[in-house]
Amino acid sequence: MENKLSRNLFMIPYALWIILFVVSPILLVVYFSFFDIEGNFSFINYKNFFTPVYMQMTFSSFWYAFLITVLSLLVAYPTAYLVTRTKHKHLWLLLIIVPSWINLLLKAYAFIGIFGTYGAANSFLEFIGIGSRQLLFTDFSFVFVAVYIFIPFMILPIFNALDNLNPSFVYAAKDLGASKWVTFRRIILPLTMDGIKAGCQVVFIPALSLFMLTRLIAGNQVITLGTAIEQHFLVTQDWGMGSTIAVFLIFIMFIIIGLTGFRKRGA
Amino acid sequence: MKNLMRAFLSVLFVCLILIVVINRLNTVAGFSGGNTLTVFNWGDYIDEELIDLFEEETGITIVYETFDSNEAMMTKIQQGGTTYDVAVPSEYMVEKMVEEDLLIELDHSKLPNMQYMDERFMDLPFDQGNTYSVPYFWGTVGIIFNPTLLPEGEVISGWNDLWDPALENQILLIDGAREIIGMGLNSLGYSLNDTDPQHLQQALAKLKELTPNVKAIVGDENKMLMANNEAAIAVGWSGDAADIMWENEAIDYVVPEEGSNLWFDNFVIPKTARNVDAAHVFINFLMDPEVAAQNTEYVSYSTPNKEALKYMPEDMVHDERFYPEPELTERLEVYENLGQRNLAHYNELFLQFKMH
Repeated sequence: MENKLSRNLFMIPYALWIILFVVSPILLVVYFSFFDIEGNFSFINYKNFFTPVYMQMTFSSFWYAFLITVLSLLVAYPTAYLVTRTKHKHLWLLLIIVPSWINLLLKAYAFIGIFGTYGAANSFLEFIGIGSRQLLFTDFSFVFVAVYIFIPFMILPIFNALDNLNPSFVYAAKDLGASKWVTFRRIILPLTMDGIKAGCQVVFIPALSLFMLTRLIAGNQVITLGTAIEQHFLVTQDWGMGSTIAVFLIFIMFIIIGLTGFRKRGA
Repeated sequence: MKNLMRAFLSVLFVCLILIVVINRLNTVAGFSGGNTLTVFNWGDYIDEELIDLFEEETGITIVYETFDSNEAMMTKIQQGGTTYDVAVPSEYMVEKMVEEDLLIELDHSKLPNMQYMDERFMDLPFDQGNTYSVPYFWGTVGIIFNPTLLPEGEVISGWNDLWDPALENQILLIDGAREIIGMGLNSLGYSLNDTDPQHLQQALAKLKELTPNVKAIVGDENKMLMANNEAAIAVGWSGDAADIMWENEAIDYVVPEEGSNLWFDNFVIPKTARNVDAAHVFINFLMDPEVAAQNTEYVSYSTPNKEALKYMPEDMVHDERFYPEPELTERLEVYENLGQRNLAHYNELFLQFKMH
């Protein structure tokens, strides 16, 4: 009895935290989404959302988030694999994580310099004979910088999954005559799938609503739902429309987590 | 873990000590209480020598704080944590602050220097009769360009020159709905306060044709990009143009002949003010022609003080880029408060333009 009481008491801070900072903000966002710009209750925001402008924006947000996730995965998986094979793997992992300690804004400004007409990237292209070209304010530079920023977040869960992989499975596969490719496809990949899923979630969801990079690196040539939310809240002060877009993002995230959710192994 | 804790605690401890020391210093310097005046202005927007001069002449101690956006300024005043005595919002923000009841009416009898102001810049729609505000500096929205990067023989004199196919991928636009939609409206000969949906659609269609020439839609970064020769043309504020010219001498600026926006930054006294008398003295001091002239030379925006022009260098006063001929200023318009719904429509169109 007393045990139950103290357990409930200990629950209070956590319950409060979740209600105040998780549940109520989401409810508020949903609540605001039902008001038009003059503060009247209406469904106009939802109607507006299903117009070609926002549909196109949703599509392009998804496309870029997808590209960013796939490219980060392609870079991160081999990196994580190689890091687990090195002697001082935790040191290498630390070195890979260190850049994420630097403020995002600073990194974005650094890339403006690197990708500029007279920047390092163009000097290099000039040097190897390709000649300088427009790099800044293109979708290429946007995806490149976004991938650069998200790679550490993709590497960490994959590294953990690979690190926890029991090597005897790999040895067993080898003993039984599996080629390297078959070992990878049938043993390593399935056993690290949870890490990949976690990494994809951590990258895809924030990538959907990137907004600062779209202006600094892509010069607003790439428009995502994040840009629209920012504009509605800060410039138009049309909180209703901004909230409606946010509601859709939350909804989409639930779907994605549902699709890639962790299934208990062996369950 | 233990080391991490220790590091955290030591950072906190150092911060605490610094706060205490600063508080002590402020009290010693007489910043809290007594005859002080708290001024809230944009960054780098006054000649600091004038602050010293003012303190010497009047014995009032000035606490000077800066902000970098109208919205941030208003939020701080609304919260009322600091007792700001004088603030410098732009014209649309003056209107908004009056609506929100954040300002005190100015006592014109305490501002004799108001007589030196140019009538063209007084009694404007955003604050009729200058009940709540007097202009501090003014400027325009126009075209900042770098002649050395333009194609041979290209002359920029108005908005419509930007649609020249030779300027492909050379233009930086400012990330502001009113500015860019306004540019579209002006280029078609409409007012930039136009709310006729058809005119706005035409402006959008025209802006979409500009897309191949647009390199990027950016914010304050345009100063850095122009100074580094990244683009030939930027649409922006005259004040930014002056800043960029400091860094890159090749840069030139033009007020478009089709018309454009005229903006003002204005002195106001917020409701948070404690030293209302000193606030009037300060505003009056900065409207003194000689003081205003010195200040303008430093800040290099355009002064609304007519008498001050007499004390300024000839080449500055006759620079048509910053003091356009009256016949051109007549074509410039001040932003009117269009109301939430129209503002939302402007933003919607701007978003569509960005999508294109």
